[in-house]
Amino acid sequence: MSSDRLAVSIRGVGKQYTIRHNRRAPTTLGEAVARRLRHPFERQEREQFWAVRDVSFDVRQGEVVGVIGRNGAGKSTLLKILSRVTEMTEGEVVLEGRVGSLLEVGTGFNQELTGRENVFLNGAILGMTRAEIRDQFDAIVEFSGVERFLDTPVKHYSSGMYVRLAFAVAAHLRSEILIVDEVLAVGDQDFQRKCLGKMRDVATSGRTVLLVSHNMAAISSLCSRAVVLHDGRLVFAGDPGEAVARYSAQRTVLVGDLRGRHDRHGSGEIRAVTLSVQNGRGETVGAIRPLEPFDIVVAYEAKTAARHVAVSIDVEQVDGTRIATLFGGFRNETFSIEAGSGAFCCRVDGLPLRPDTYSLNVFVGGQGAIYDFVERAVLFDVAPADVFGTGRLPDRSQGPLLAGYHWTILTLATD
Amino acid sequence: MATVLRPTRGWVAIDLAELFRFRDLLLEFANRDVKLRYRQTLLGIVWVVLQPLCGAGLLYFAFSVVAGLEPPQGAPFFLFTFAGLLVWNLFSATLSKASGSMVGNSYLVSKVYFPRLILPLSGTIATLIDFSVSFGLLVMLMAIYAVAPGIAIVTLPLWIALALCLALGLGLIAAALTVEYRDVQHMLPVVVPFLLYASPVAYDVAQIAPSYRNAFYLLNPLASILAGFRWSILGTPLPPPIFILWSVAVAAVVFVFGAAAFRRTERKFADVI
Repeated sequence: MSSDRLAVSIRGVGKQYTIRHNRRAPTTLGEAVARRLRHPFERQEREQFWAVRDVSFDVRQGEVVGVIGRNGAGKSTLLKILSRVTEMTEGEVVLEGRVGSLLEVGTGFNQELTGRENVFLNGAILGMTRAEIRDQFDAIVEFSGVERFLDTPVKHYSSGMYVRLAFAVAAHLRSEILIVDEVLAVGDQDFQRKCLGKMRDVATSGRTVLLVSHNMAAISSLCSRAVVLHDGRLVFAGDPGEAVARYSAQRTVLVGDLRGRHDRHGSGEIRAVTLSVQNGRGETVGAIRPLEPFDIVVAYEAKTAARHVAVSIDVEQVDGTRIATLFGGFRNETFSIEAGSGAFCCRVDGLPLRPDTYSLNVFVGGQGAIYDFVERAVLFDVAPADVFGTGRLPDRSQGPLLAGYHWTILTLATD
Repeated sequence: MATVLRPTRGWVAIDLAELFRFRDLLLEFANRDVKLRYRQTLLGIVWVVLQPLCGAGLLYFAFSVVAGLEPPQGAPFFLFTFAGLLVWNLFSATLSKASGSMVGNSYLVSKVYFPRLILPLSGTIATLIDFSVSFGLLVMLMAIYAVAPGIAIVTLPLWIALALCLALGLGLIAAALTVEYRDVQHMLPVVVPFLLYASPVAYDVAQIAPSYRNAFYLLNPLASILAGFRWSILGTPLPPPIFILWSVAVAAVVFVFGAAAFRRTERKFADVI
C-alpha cells in the first residue's frame, strides 16, 4: 500500500549524550555554585557519547519499516527522537502527518483510576482528542475484553487485563505515522497473536509504521522493509529477511554479562549477573553439540534472603519462536537463598536441536514475585556435529528438531 | 502538515497553537488530579471545604486570640483571614504543583511527547477548581457576616490573575531547576511557609511599622496582591498605587521569565530525569 510520497525523512540524525566522569561532579545547586565561584574557568571532565550518529533513511507513506539491532545499538534513541521525547543533537527529520508513538504499553495508566477513566487519560496522553476517544471507545473496550471491569480501578486488574486494555487504547490511535517500540512482547500467546493481527490491519490500512522489535518473526512477517542499526549507525536498509540475517550475524556473546543490561524487568532484589553455557566438563563454550548434555549457569546477586526462588531459562530461535521452557517450578526445584552472590545451575540432558543459533531468556522469580527477567540474555550456537557418526546431517529444510532415532526392519516370521 | 524536527538552541518561543491542540490532555490531567486527591477518603470532597476553614481557624486563633492583634480595618478578623488564606492557598498550591510537575511525572516525560507546559498548567487548573469551591464558601461567610462587596469587585479577576502569574512563574523556574538540581524540592517547603508569615495573610498590613512597611515590607509582591484581593471583595484599605504597580511588574516579569526558562530547559528534561 506504499505510495511514492514520503512520510518520514531522516537526514544525518545524531544524538549525543554527555556522561560526566568527574567524581566531584556537583549534584546539588550549592556545590555547583560554590565550584563555579572557586574555579570560574574550569571545564568539566565529560565523555561525549553518540547514541545515534549519521543516520539517514526515508520511509514512504504506507510502509511498515522494522528497526532492529542489538541492545544499545541506538534503536530506542532513534525512536525517541522521532517521537519528539528527546531532541537530536544534529540532523533533520521531516514528518508528514500526525505522529503517534508507543514507546511503552500503558504510559500514564493510573492505578487508582478505573478502566474507563484510564482509557480517556491514556488516549489523551497518546495524542487523541476526547472526541476521537469517545468515537473509538466501544471498539477499544471490545478489543481489550475487559467490559465487565470498566468501572473497577485498574489496580485490581490482573497484569494480563491491564496490558490488554493498554494495548487496546494504543491500537486505536489514528495518527498517520505510528512509532512502536517492543510492545508486541506483552501478554499471553493469544493476545500477542491478536496484537500482531491488529498491527497487520494498521499496516494494510495505508498508515506508516516504524517498529522496533526483538521479535524477528514479527519483523519478517509485518515489515516491508527493515533497517539494521549497529553502534548507533545504520548498517543496512532493505529487505526484512536479509536484515534479520545481518542482525543474527552480529552475535558474539559467549558469556552473557548482564550487569550492563537495562532492558530488564522485575523488582531487582535478585539479579542474574552472568549467564554462561558450559559443556559437560565445566568449560564455558559458545556452542554445544546437538543431543549432548550441557549446563546453563546463572550467577546471581541477591540483596535480600529469599525463599522458594525458581529460575527459568527459555530457549528461543533468533526469530523469537519459543522452543523450550526450562522452569524450575515445574519440577518443584526451588531454592532458599541468602543475601549475597551465588549461582544456579541447570543441567540439560540434551537439546534435540538442529545446528543453528538460539537465544536464552533468563527469569528469576518466586512466590508471585518477579525478581529479574532478561530477554535474549545470551546467544549460543548448536554446532554442526557428526551426531550419527556417518558424516551426514539434516539441513534446515528438514525441520527444527534433530531427534535421536534408530531404524530397523521388522522381518515377518515365516514358517 | 509537515513537522520538521531540528536541534534547537537558546531561547525558544512558546508554541501556543500546539498548546491549544493538546487542550484535551490539559483537561484530562486536571481531571486526574482532582479525582485522585479524594479517592479512598472518607469525607471526600468535604475536604475542599474543611481544609481552608480549619486553616483560617488556626491562623485566626494564633494571630487574634493568642497574639491579640487588633482587628483589621473594615472587616471581621475571621473573614479577613479566610479571604487572605484563599489567595495564599491558590498561590502556594500552584507554586508547589508547578515546581514538582516535571520530576513527579518523569515516567511520562521520558516516554511520550506533549508540550511540557501542559503539566504545570493542568496543576493550575486543578488548583483553580479548589479555589472556586473555597470562594463559594467565602461568599457564604460574607452573607453570614453581612458584608457586601462594593464596585471594586470588578477588579477581582486582576488580583487572582496576578497571584497565578507570580506562582506559575516561580513554579516554572523551580521546575526547570529541579530537573537538574533536586535541592529546589527541599528548599521550597522551607521558603514557602516563611513567605506565609512574611505576607499579610492573617494580619493587616497596618500592623507593620510605616517606615519598615514602605521601605521594605511592601516589596513583597504578594502583600499588595493579598491586600488588593481583600479590597475588591471586603472593602479593606488598598496599599499605595506605586506598590500595586510594582507587584504587577514583578508578576509579569517573573511569569514571562519563568515560561522562557522552562521552554529553554524543556528539551533536556527527558535526558536528565
